[in-house]
Amino acid sequence: MHITSPSFKANARAALADAPLQRALGNLRAGFPGKRAAAVARLPEFEALRDAARDLKNHILEHLDFYLETFEANVKQHGGQVHWARDAEEARQIILGLCQQAGAKTVTKGKSMITEEIGLNDYLAQHGIEPIETDLGEYILQLRGEHPSHIIAPAIHVNLDQVSDAFHAHHGRYGKTERQTEPRQLMNEAREILRDKFLAADVGITGANFCIAETGTTVIVTNEGNGDLTQTLPRVHIAVTSIEKVVPTLEDATLLHRLLSRSATGQEIEVYGTWSSGPRRPGDPDGPSEYHVVLLDNGRSNMLGSEFQDMLRCIRCSACMNHCPVYGAIGGHAYGWVYPGPMGSVLTPQFIGIENAANLPNASTFCGRCESVCPVRIPLPKLMRHWRAREYEKHLTPQGFRFGLGVWAWCVRRPALYRRLTRIGACVLKVLGGKTGRIRSLPLAGGWTAWRDLPAPQGRTFFEQWAERRPGGGR
Amino acid sequence: MSGRDAILGNIRRGLGRGGPLDGAARAACEERLRAHRPVLIPARAQRPHDEQVALFVAMATEAAASVARVAGADDVPAAVAAFLDQGGYPRRAVIAPAQAVSGLDWAAAGIEVEARAARNGDRASVTPAFAGIAETGTLMLLSGPDSPTTLNFLPDAHVVVLDAARIVGPYEDAWAWLRRERGLPLPRTVNWISGPSRSADIEQKLQMGAHGPIQLHIVLVGD
Amino acid sequence: MTSASGPVASGKPRVGLFVTCLADLFRPSVAFATVKLLEDVGCTVEAPAVQTCCGQPAFNSGDRADARALAEAVIAAFEGYEFVVGPSGSCIGMLRHYPELFEPGSPWHGRAERLAARSHEIVSFLVDVLGVHGVNAHYAGTVTYHDSCSGLRELGVKAQPRALLATVAGLSLTEMTDSEVCCGFGGTFCIKYPEISNRMVSDKIANIAASGADTLLAGDLGCLLNIGGKLKREGSPVRVWHVAEVLAGMTDGAPIGDAR
Repeated sequence: MHITSPSFKANARAALADAPLQRALGNLRAGFPGKRAAAVARLPEFEALRDAARDLKNHILEHLDFYLETFEANVKQHGGQVHWARDAEEARQIILGLCQQAGAKTVTKGKSMITEEIGLNDYLAQHGIEPIETDLGEYILQLRGEHPSHIIAPAIHVNLDQVSDAFHAHHGRYGKTERQTEPRQLMNEAREILRDKFLAADVGITGANFCIAETGTTVIVTNEGNGDLTQTLPRVHIAVTSIEKVVPTLEDATLLHRLLSRSATGQEIEVYGTWSSGPRRPGDPDGPSEYHVVLLDNGRSNMLGSEFQDMLRCIRCSACMNHCPVYGAIGGHAYGWVYPGPMGSVLTPQFIGIENAANLPNASTFCGRCESVCPVRIPLPKLMRHWRAREYEKHLTPQGFRFGLGVWAWCVRRPALYRRLTRIGACVLKVLGGKTGRIRSLPLAGGWTAWRDLPAPQGRTFFEQWAERRPGGGR
Repeated sequence: MSGRDAILGNIRRGLGRGGPLDGAARAACEERLRAHRPVLIPARAQRPHDEQVALFVAMATEAAASVARVAGADDVPAAVAAFLDQGGYPRRAVIAPAQAVSGLDWAAAGIEVEARAARNGDRASVTPAFAGIAETGTLMLLSGPDSPTTLNFLPDAHVVVLDAARIVGPYEDAWAWLRRERGLPLPRTVNWISGPSRSADIEQKLQMGAHGPIQLHIVLVGD
Repeated sequence: MTSASGPVASGKPRVGLFVTCLADLFRPSVAFATVKLLEDVGCTVEAPAVQTCCGQPAFNSGDRADARALAEAVIAAFEGYEFVVGPSGSCIGMLRHYPELFEPGSPWHGRAERLAARSHEIVSFLVDVLGVHGVNAHYAGTVTYHDSCSGLRELGVKAQPRALLATVAGLSLTEMTDSEVCCGFGGTFCIKYPEISNRMVSDKIANIAASGADTLLAGDLGCLLNIGGKLKREGSPVRVWHVAEVLAGMTDGAPIGDAR
């Protein structure tokens, strides 16, 4: 995937000027937060569940090697295979190898952000294997040649007209020549076309929301049922997941399950929770003959023991971006890589380097709404702040800003000087405010005054007046 | 070095450990797996059985499943016939080979049945359920020789026969039954199903029947 | 003011006023209103003259050395006070972050923790610590209250301002949609990403307008300068005050962004 994170500011400006996108983001802001709040209100134990989930995830991370080895042993026990991939390239090669071994021409895919992370679709296509996205949103994006702008609602930026256009342009070869304009009809058309794809595919690739060590099970969570058709009908099922998704027991996965859908879509539970353990058993009339799990690291193990370890608790629910006012203003594509919103602003610098993602941890007001809804209580603003500290240490902070900050810091560390400067400043700004009490344009503050007035100071600083009220100068 | 060893090595380095987990810490993790204790069960799921049945029906209905209640297993075929008629489906269904479903007198209700895995074009299926979970109106279905997974996903209408005595409060009770009655390993597939398939991927407007069944009908037997 | 007769309220707590750099420079009346609210319930208020800024701009820009130096100055300046109180959830929130700047177990870490434990935003201090139930103030208007992010989510300031505002004569409160959503100020954010900030503050003033209120209140001057500046740029007649000014009955002067 082409990385556009370095041009974040230009991406954001374009997004703000994109009227259809702004309408779509309005739907998101009006939808997800209210639905989550309603679901949370119905479950009095929700906050206690968040505490328990945080503690569970912390326990797992501290013993990650043990649970991964246990998971692997139990997958093997029932005839499955586990493949370890250090990085994206290794994961792509493993998956391609499995597909080639199966003689695959087409591969159906359930929704998986990990396969986005490793750029799997392009790679398979380059090697003559056709990947077919089956999640309706992902399918729309594949037709449009786009990537997801949201981790659970990938096509949130696409409007109805654009879906109609995409289907009309691509479905003629299936005999669907009429341009459909109703969501119902569009979905039925996709259902019919993809049904044949499910039946014809040689390999089905899904992600996994959880990997259960105790039972060697991978779990997927969907509303459409596409993941189930993807993994049940072809001869080979490959679950592509990452190392931090392992949980000890069924009961532990159940705890996280209670939080996932409520945090994501505000549903009490998703429609389909599917717990898969190995290939089909003797006597089973359906199911895949082969079951593979690809465990991706891709830099995650480097986060253990670092100030970013807490980020590995993430269960990819999307609550942080659903509640983020910055994501809500610019959408996911502006972030320029796979993971958008607050979780992406912490993860992306880890994957593509802070020098390529310098804007992301800065493009936050630290309003804290993300942390307040995170089901595993990841301190997202704090982690973004850690990235800012690394930038500052590496001198990646823009020079002008760094200089200004330096001057300011030098002054505020000298109270007597600072008192004199603020007296002058208050006085000058008061004069600039004139009779209106506000300043419409101010040199060096163009970012502010381009969009809003600057209310003028009252004229004399607090300490100037306080010294008069309390003879002796303060104390 | 293999990817496996490199990854595990790096994890251990990050955690400040030279080698595999050992000693008391390993024993504690092993004990945690053996005990597989529930973590926190909501009060909603800890009520008397009759209230759980009512909660199951309410939650399943909220998830857009339809629920028909019948007194005994003998009444199931007639309830399925009524559902098929109402939905405009032919009186034909592909059913799970499991005795709880295939042992019923379908002919008496005028329904033509075949016990097999599903194929494309099948309009309706009937399967048994291992358990019903009251807290969210969720069905738990197990794959196996007498219960093909495709029946749960390919047909337009999926009918699930559930004995009311098999309704539990929380998910954890269903896991406990599964451990006790079947033991590990788990079946190839355990399906949790809460309502019919749906998608809101087009402009966030919810539509039923994305890829899986457009209708989910639960025939609840007894009380 | 009416207050519960708890052990604290019956004594004469010695409070160090954390003025905040924005109140000092832009709006001293907010700090004087804070002094009045504290003195009205029997606190002795002092404002150490060596204070400048809490250091949040440095902290949030990744400049930990300057943030630490400023934290040490604040910690030292306020060491003798029973409580540290300021008219800003954001700055007081920063004081509560100070322990993160020091090595756990070090002397400075301990001093930072002790400062954090006795630092309070003014309105929550009145209600939660002193048990104040009401104020003697009058304000003619329909107000809507913006929940500033740090106060709301770091300090739990939500019900307290509403409880006290309910006792202001002549005032009625109407809630706006998304009162808990950020206004787009974010300290240096509004300078670094002005277009995004503008989108956010535009949504905020649309919600204020839709609420029908004639007055906007909040507990942080950063937000108030941002929202007020946007309201005035758009020609809105909505009056903008810091909540402390209204609670102290000090609304004779000009509202924020107005000359009168």
